[in-house]
Amino acid sequence: MTEESLKRSTHGEPSEKEETHVFDNPRNVRRVIIALFTCCAVLFLSDAIFLVYHKHPSFEEGVFPAEHWFGFYGVYGFVACVLLVLIAKQMRKVLMRAENYYEQ
Amino acid sequence: MNSELHPAALLIIGSLLLPILPGRLKQLWLVALPVLGFLNLLIIDRDCTWQVTLLGYELNVFRCDRLSLLFGYLFHVAALIGSIYAIHIKDNVQLTTAAMYAGSALGVAFAGDLLTLFLFWELLAITSVFQIWARGTDRAAESGMRYLLLHVTSGLLLLAGAAIRYHKTGSFAFEAMELDGLSSWMILAAFGIKCAFPLMHTWLVDSYPEATPTGTVFLSSFTTKAAVYALARGFPGADILIVVGTIMTMFPIFFAVIENDLRRVLGYSMINQIGFMVVGIGIGTSMGINGAVAHAFNDVIFKGLLFMSMGAVLHRTGKINGSDLGGLYKSMPWTAGCCMVGAASISAFPLFSGFVSKSMVMVAAAEGGHIAVWLCLLFASAGVFHHAGIKIPFFAFFAHDSGIRTREAPTNMLIAMTLAACLCIFNGSFPALLYSLLPYPVEFIPYTLTHVITQNQILFFSALAFAFLKATSLYPPELRSTNLDIDWFYRKGGRLLYAGADRCLNGLNALTHSIFVGGLASALSRSSRNLPGHLINGIMRPYWLLRGYQGRDLEVCRRRILAQSQSGGFPIGITALLAVVGFGLLLAVAV
Repeated sequence: MTEESLKRSTHGEPSEKEETHVFDNPRNVRRVIIALFTCCAVLFLSDAIFLVYHKHPSFEEGVFPAEHWFGFYGVYGFVACVLLVLIAKQMRKVLMRAENYYEQ
Repeated sequence: MNSELHPAALLIIGSLLLPILPGRLKQLWLVALPVLGFLNLLIIDRDCTWQVTLLGYELNVFRCDRLSLLFGYLFHVAALIGSIYAIHIKDNVQLTTAAMYAGSALGVAFAGDLLTLFLFWELLAITSVFQIWARGTDRAAESGMRYLLLHVTSGLLLLAGAAIRYHKTGSFAFEAMELDGLSSWMILAAFGIKCAFPLMHTWLVDSYPEATPTGTVFLSSFTTKAAVYALARGFPGADILIVVGTIMTMFPIFFAVIENDLRRVLGYSMINQIGFMVVGIGIGTSMGINGAVAHAFNDVIFKGLLFMSMGAVLHRTGKINGSDLGGLYKSMPWTAGCCMVGAASISAFPLFSGFVSKSMVMVAAAEGGHIAVWLCLLFASAGVFHHAGIKIPFFAFFAHDSGIRTREAPTNMLIAMTLAACLCIFNGSFPALLYSLLPYPVEFIPYTLTHVITQNQILFFSALAFAFLKATSLYPPELRSTNLDIDWFYRKGGRLLYAGADRCLNGLNALTHSIFVGGLASALSRSSRNLPGHLINGIMRPYWLLRGYQGRDLEVCRRRILAQSQSGGFPIGITALLAVVGFGLLLAVAV
């Protein structure tokens, strides 16, 4: 970080005159969330394709049947991420220290 | 026309010109070096052997096959992108060592024996640490020292392993090894340190966030990837690597979720990605090795891109903590866009580079019937999207508006980031070129309907989980903090050892001082001054009493003797002289 560029950057609340940006409008944020929900719904239902079209399995036939379950990948991804965050949150209780912990 | 110039020599020797070249010429040379190196590599005589004799040993400093060539191309591309990104830097030490660092990585990629490997391995450590120290802060200085200690240890392990191996087999050849003795375990440990194996990983997350914005880009490109190359060359198919790699994909993502420093988040995510490569190498099939190597190639580009975007944020705002940033898409839209391309690539979205390489490792795991490993890799794939794909761009560029208004990144940084972003999309959309460079023929089609749908399912539902956790406030907020990792043991443990040594040794010192200097010496001095006086007084007392001295007279005599004793003023000299003369006479008579 050069001093020059530090001076150029301003740290404060954006001025009222400033132009509004795409996510300053809550409606746009809502649109993103709705798009996400729609994509998830479509992807979840697209597993129905594999009722007629042969699903190319990762494992040899019969080794891991769960990958053929309806919505397996979606559910696994959702549960994995929720678990990940909840466990990580508990880890903070044990591992979190002050920012300058090693300088103390 | 075939070239016979060693790829490492061009960058290492060429870098020495950088400090003496003026302004624009220096910048031109910095960028020209990797370009010239790349051209040299295209026309190099692949069968050429450079036999060098060192201390009576025949060294093979150039071994060129498909595996080393791929890493050769990769390191040149990474050096070019890094050089463009760092072109504004005026610090000669940082620039020269950066180019040397790239050259050392090339030396590793083409090393045909373990001694050559060791020489470049150590050069890699020494040249890279300047990228950390160049930051100029106390934290960077200390972190760089810890980094250097671990990497020099890695080098020493490699040297010791190579020496034992030479003793056993009579050869320094660097080929695939069996884990059958002390030497190969030592060499594996040496590679493991540089590869950031679990418990040996802390140097990475400790030092990369402390380096300069440009330094981290170089660091992320060479050290760990050179180690991945060495693993792929030395230990393909070693079963233990499957377990080690799987652990590497899993544990860092938990740390990444709660980490505040966004470059440290990327450090953890880097270990996670290297984990995929280590698993691929451990599986050892042609699909596994191809996947590992292809993912190493893509990882250098997309991880470099992510580090570059965070470096640009740090360069412009002076901040890198998630808790201080947010809303930067308003000021730095192009950087935000490039960051999202990197995020999509690391998350393995279809059409982005991670999609065509990470899946090869997963397919290799599935083909080998490793269900648990495959499930862990799938968990890690979801997790990496969560912490690197969403968290990095979200907290830096979106989230709440931090109020920071700055300018877009400098032009050279934008060019480097755009170049990397284009490569990410090119490799993801047209993987044929990358596949044609891999060590083994590729029989893998990434774009099948099943793969595209299942991959999108896992990623979009991960995003849904993020949205759900944010909406329900279950997502942990970004907090200014330090999270303890394994390095606590040597950072705090080191201090404990220091404090313990301080107390024990300095205590012993003080005790010895008080006994010998404070007590014994003064007691000796006192007694040697007063003892003769007291003795004489003891002997003379009966005589004085017989003479009838009493009270004051007795006291006067006693004090006089004591004073003479203390000042050494006894008339002993005359007596002694007479005694010597007497003895002399006696001797003369006797003879």
